[in-house]
Amino acid sequence: MTARQYKHRVVITGMGIVCPLSHDVQGLWEALMAGKSGANYNTIFDASTFPTTFDAEVKDYDVSARTSHPEFHAQGNRGSTFVVGAAAEACRQAGIDVETDHPTDGIDRTRMGIYLGAGEGSVDNDVFMAAIVKAWDNERHQMDWGKWAQVAFDGMSPVRELEQEPNMPAGHLAVLTGARGPTRSCLTACAASTQAVGEATMMIRRGDADVMLAGGAHSMIHPLGVMGFNRLTALSTRNDSPQTASRPFSAGRDGFVLGEGAAIVILESLESARKRGAPVLAEVIGYGSSADAFRVTDMHEEGRGGAQAIIAALRDAGISYQDVDYINTHGTSTSENDSVETKAIKAVFKDKAKSIPASSVKSMLGHLIGAAGAAELITCVLAIREAVVPPTANLHDPDPELDLDYVPNEPRKMEVNVALNESFGFGGQNNVVIIRKYRGD
Amino acid sequence: MDRRRVVITGLGAVTPLGLSAGRTWEGLREGRCGIGLIRAFDPVGFTCKIAGQVGQYDIRDYVPKSHRKATKLMSRDIELSVIAAAEALADGAVATRGTDPERINIDPERFAINLGAGLISCDLVELAPAVAAGARDGRFDIRKWGADGLSLVTPLWLLKYLPNMLACHIGIIHDIQGPSNTVTCAEASGHIAIAEAAAIIERGDSDIALCGGVEAKVNPVVMIRQCLVGRATSRGNDNPESACRPFDAAATGAAFGEAAAMVLIEGLDHAEGRGARIYAEILGSGQSTNLNPVYEHLEPDGAGVRIAIEKALADAGIGPDDLDLVIPHGTGIPQDDLAEARGIEAVLGASTSQVPVWPTKSMVSNTGAAAGAVDVVAAARVVTDGVIPAARNYERPIEGCRLNIVREPIETKVRHVLCCSYTYGGQTAAVVLRNTNP
Repeated sequence: MTARQYKHRVVITGMGIVCPLSHDVQGLWEALMAGKSGANYNTIFDASTFPTTFDAEVKDYDVSARTSHPEFHAQGNRGSTFVVGAAAEACRQAGIDVETDHPTDGIDRTRMGIYLGAGEGSVDNDVFMAAIVKAWDNERHQMDWGKWAQVAFDGMSPVRELEQEPNMPAGHLAVLTGARGPTRSCLTACAASTQAVGEATMMIRRGDADVMLAGGAHSMIHPLGVMGFNRLTALSTRNDSPQTASRPFSAGRDGFVLGEGAAIVILESLESARKRGAPVLAEVIGYGSSADAFRVTDMHEEGRGGAQAIIAALRDAGISYQDVDYINTHGTSTSENDSVETKAIKAVFKDKAKSIPASSVKSMLGHLIGAAGAAELITCVLAIREAVVPPTANLHDPDPELDLDYVPNEPRKMEVNVALNESFGFGGQNNVVIIRKYRGD
Repeated sequence: MDRRRVVITGLGAVTPLGLSAGRTWEGLREGRCGIGLIRAFDPVGFTCKIAGQVGQYDIRDYVPKSHRKATKLMSRDIELSVIAAAEALADGAVATRGTDPERINIDPERFAINLGAGLISCDLVELAPAVAAGARDGRFDIRKWGADGLSLVTPLWLLKYLPNMLACHIGIIHDIQGPSNTVTCAEASGHIAIAEAAAIIERGDSDIALCGGVEAKVNPVVMIRQCLVGRATSRGNDNPESACRPFDAAATGAAFGEAAAMVLIEGLDHAEGRGARIYAEILGSGQSTNLNPVYEHLEPDGAGVRIAIEKALADAGIGPDDLDLVIPHGTGIPQDDLAEARGIEAVLGASTSQVPVWPTKSMVSNTGAAAGAVDVVAAARVVTDGVIPAARNYERPIEGCRLNIVREPIETKVRHVLCCSYTYGGQTAAVVLRNTNP
């Protein structure tokens, strides 16, 4: 197979992350190599009576240390504040100047864009709930909207309300970087930031931009978010042992561990990266997207949509399934995902399925929802550069039905030339990105 | 290497002007106004009590039997999108698993969907009993809520409010297995979703796509947000039909509303291959962003709008003189209208006084993520019908605005239409349509 013809090749020239394991990429890698868990009891709100009392939080993070416009960025929702830090780190590595109004990095700002898979900010929970309590008449089963509006108008802050919109993190990055190129935000549930990276790659390939800040930002660790996932029975309820709760592909898996964070990769046309002398960390060679079109509540039983996205990405890259050295799975630790994902991998990788290492870093990182795919793509770049594959932690009781090489518990030294990153989302969203070691060609 | 050309072959819309693209277009031609007092809830205590609302419908009339049960999982945003999708597919003579399983004429794996969606706020009346169970002495107590309230929430509650569920329901009904995305760039979403879907077809990842935007903004949480940031007009409550006045000297703010609008688009080769009727070609698109830390408003010189339009014209390979119509975002918020006008004027230059500009929100209201898609549907009808309707509620230009706002309907051949949009939060977008009729 030969790669499809595009105007431009796309490489990664910078990475940044703010996540439960660390506030930078180096810290993330050290934590993954040590098998650390980012999970612990919920300190964002009192979840002690919820079915799930723990999560994976970004702790002790201060956005004002990451930007020269601290007041502006500090008013963002959690996802926005995280993504400012992640972007600042990624831009520093890529040599993109975000500290001055007249950057000298050689990038035309109208050719620099942004694509995030970003989630909504939390509602202002105290006011939101107080307004309902005040206005709801339980006996007549109706709302007194006058009372509701009064509490809401008195309590809600315009800025905080606006910052809940999912396009706000992208707005923060525009102000941070001065980018004037195409700027987008998408929200395809847990597959969003892989979609953002994939579509941003396509925009550079088409010639719509030279540089794209791509990635994700999300926090659903708020009362309505945890309630929603708990009602879906999607979260682990292993409240006596948060750090071993995320155990993808194990027999005892009982749901995912809700995380939060942001991850950014700088995507750049190869010409632009060479011209600027930017570090080339890896090349993005393939992207595939599909939908299950099956059921609102379930993944396709045989992983049809997941397999289609993998095949589309391989075709886009012009490589065979036999060329893939490492699969970074979606691996959520839910019963359904891990089983269906294993089937999808087997359907595509056939004879080679059991010999390709396929691990889930969600076992340590938790599930960053909209930001998950981009965070995990960064671990793929690191696997290529460090020649080590991160493990699936907490995999001590394998599910006999799931028989791939999930890289249990210990990182594995091995050369990785091609890494494939899978992200699947509620509603049957499937996105896959493939990256390759850059050899200077 | 020539680019694959992408054309519009089906239209679907559910708007305050009607439950179909045809009814919506009739309303626009007649200059009707879909804005009235809010009916969805009692807006007592709201500074803005008006909105553009969709008329009565029964969602079960619009879904196949196999999907009836799933209507319980539909928020209003999902319902509106399902209705508009069905119309666009029927209009484009596409038969699917959901409409005519015996005569499916599209390959599901080559079929994409790309929708702009808003931040869907939950139904407070639905949530309230669970919240009330978490109250202790008249105050919300999260521990009590965790213990006594959570179990009262319907188990699949979250699935009604994820923005991507619009595309997922449509995809499930009509078996759309190709690339699927949900763009969440608020009021710029519709144009971005259409531009991205066109790029997907252009590069060959699909042959045909449903794309557009949807948002049901007539929800107390959404409406109060626009009241709080001062975008919603507080002076139109006594006279809703003249409240929204884009580019008019007497404008006082925006009126918000609900709509779904979709276009069926496909590769020209694919459309010709199946003998589809072609409304217009999507000739190009462009995108940029505002850089304004006061992000509920456009930057005063409209630079983000200007750059998006410049990119769209370059992508389309045409100049400002080739434009016969501009459909602006035009919200009726004076400072934003003026900033947008500056951005458009900067591109049009000497042509500013010639090119007709037709804002639609005085009739449709500002339907958020649907807004840009409503305008693209309208633009497709403008080029096929050869008529530019008059702007409603436009009497005297806002001071400093030089745009040529359409005062009387113009019957003319329209070669190219530019639609543009921007949003709080920064994103800007522009799409160029070309008349494909000889």
